Amino acid sequence: MLKKLALTTAVALGLSAGGALAAGGSDAKIENYAFSFEGLTGSFDQNQLQRGLQVYTEICAACHGLKYVSFRNLSDDGGPALPEDQVFAYAEEYEVFDAAIDDFRSATPADKFPASALANAPDLSLMAKARAGFHGPAGTGISQLINGMGGPEYIASLLAGYTGEEKEEAGTILYENTAFPGGWISMAPPLYGDDVEFADEDASTELEDIAQDVSAFLMWTAEPKMMARKQAGLTGLIFLSVLSVLLYLTNKRLWAAAKGKKST
Amino acid sequence: MSGIPHDHYEPKSDGQKWLHKRLPVVGLLYDTLMLPTPKNLNWMWIWGIVLTFTLALQIITGIVLVMHYVPHVDMAFASVEHIMRDVNGGHMIRYFHMNGASLFFVAVYAHIFRGLYYGSYKAPREVTWIIGMLIYLLMMGTAFMGYVLPWGQMSFHGTAVITGLFGAIPFVGESIQTWLLGASAVGQPALNRFFSLHYLMPFIIAGLVIVHIWAFHTTGNNNPTGVEVRRTSKEEAERDTLPFWPYFVIKDLFALAIVLVVFMAVVGFMPNYLGHPDNYIEANALVTPAHIVPEWYFLPFYAILRAFTAEVWVVQLADFVTFGIVDAKFFGVLAMFGAIAVMALAPWLDTSSVRSGRYRPMFKWWFGLLVVDFFVLMWVGARPAEFPYDVISLIASTYWFAYFLVILPLLGIIEKPMTPPTTIEDDFNAHYGKKDGAADAVATPAE
Repeated sequence: MLKKLALTTAVALGLSAGGALAAGGSDAKIENYAFSFEGLTGSFDQNQLQRGLQVYTEICAACHGLKYVSFRNLSDDGGPALPEDQVFAYAEEYEVFDAAIDDFRSATPADKFPASALANAPDLSLMAKARAGFHGPAGTGISQLINGMGGPEYIASLLAGYTGEEKEEAGTILYENTAFPGGWISMAPPLYGDDVEFADEDASTELEDIAQDVSAFLMWTAEPKMMARKQAGLTGLIFLSVLSVLLYLTNKRLWAAAKGKKST
Repeated sequence: MSGIPHDHYEPKSDGQKWLHKRLPVVGLLYDTLMLPTPKNLNWMWIWGIVLTFTLALQIITGIVLVMHYVPHVDMAFASVEHIMRDVNGGHMIRYFHMNGASLFFVAVYAHIFRGLYYGSYKAPREVTWIIGMLIYLLMMGTAFMGYVLPWGQMSFHGTAVITGLFGAIPFVGESIQTWLLGASAVGQPALNRFFSLHYLMPFIIAGLVIVHIWAFHTTGNNNPTGVEVRRTSKEEAERDTLPFWPYFVIKDLFALAIVLVVFMAVVGFMPNYLGHPDNYIEANALVTPAHIVPEWYFLPFYAILRAFTAEVWVVQLADFVTFGIVDAKFFGVLAMFGAIAVMALAPWLDTSSVRSGRYRPMFKWWFGLLVVDFFVLMWVGARPAEFPYDVISLIASTYWFAYFLVILPLLGIIEKPMTPPTTIEDDFNAHYGKKDGAADAVATPAE
């Protein structure tokens, strides 16, 4: 009975969650990119996050915002881990509105990134958690169970998914994109490859690579505490496993007499 | 308190006697902890502890979250992000609370189906069952209102759909919906009152849990055989039972630790797996998500709600007979609440003289099918309402009602049950081979 229930529960959890998300990507093509932060012990690649920050700053930030992210978080361990003086210098490049002086001033690390500059450009702070991505193999959701919901895969697939086709609809130009639900998106292709020059000359500036860099960065903006969370999870697992073993032995010994067995 | 004869608390020192005369609280705790418990309980009897723990977990994490949360339509979403990013340990507390709801429902469904299989609902435990059903209803209400608070897209549009159900009630529906929301649409008044009730209801649940425990401490626990503990003398009772402390406390804590290992893995490594990505987008009344899907634990009943469309002849008949008062929408609402109501009525629908499903050869199959049916409903609940899912959900919904309204009453008449063991002691000894005094008997895992 117990086994049956446990098994069916596991299957149903897989099915229902997979099912809930299948709707999001049924007609879209999402690449199963491998990110360094996937899996139980995966962690953010600091260099990749810094490259992603550069891509975001030079390209995405023209229209999109990160209104939930503070500049100071850029120096966090487990994130891009920029040195503090660089964070100061980076923040100063932005202008923020300060209600106290009723005027704009240059930003400090205590401020948050500005919100989107364009009304129809969504804020990107949480985009990597607000989208489900690769849910395979074959729509089973197993990848999501192990690698996460796949938001970064969706973003990278979207950035690299333009076919070059355009059409005009009700005065708006739409661009064909294989990853976007419905196939036509109003955002013009933001990346073509070689859009940025990295300080590290060995880093690839191919379209798919910078798309992954900025997706990894956006995963960090969506879940800045991911490293701390996994560490807490692992510590908790170890403690609880030890506790389980101790309780198992206690329970076995406690019941031995009642069950007519020799206590050991 | 309990009908099973056992030793009661005797104050020994003068201080104990002084307190006991004035407030017998130590005696109450002693009698609760030392309750004689059938010694053959299997591993399906651990969910009560898991549920109690989860209630405490939700209340404690919830109280901390409230310290940082702002129930305002413009600030709720941002305040949750503030918790996730700036509050010390906030991301863990919130993920515990968020996934704690799922743990709660995993445990409650296991607990309910345990009761359905072993006939825990049958006389004399009907009151325990009914109170349990009330707790379950309150849990669903609490979980639903809690889901509204982050003020994401699914929060907002889910609220619109669910409160819209009340709008389907003939004549007074719209007034009720407006009264529930505090306005004609989901907005600030709804958020405020849902926040208030989400904080209140767990404490009502906690109160009902005490009554639930009181009730089954009065009747004694059911057990896998469904045979009652012998109550003629203390000696006989002691051969059927063991005290709750330490035997079942340690056993249950072991089971709880195992459950928490799984829970910790979910919270630590896939905290958003059971949620919906759309809820990380701030609520926007102007953009409706493509698919509004409730949380997984509502899916079976959501499937029943959607199953009865205007094409189903039963619905058409109801519509015709009531001159259109019971239309398809209202029929669906009635079916959803009815699905829980028939479950609550199980004590009076089950006519079998044997309590435990273990000794009911036909019942076993129908019950197994009900478990499968439950998961099928959960699966179709997450699918779009189109062929073939509409047909599947209609068949599965029909079986849910048929099980309680037709199969349970009929089985008691046509089924020839096996003979349960005479006493719990016999069952326990048959399991552990104590009869021959064989100390080296192979340990069989309990169920």
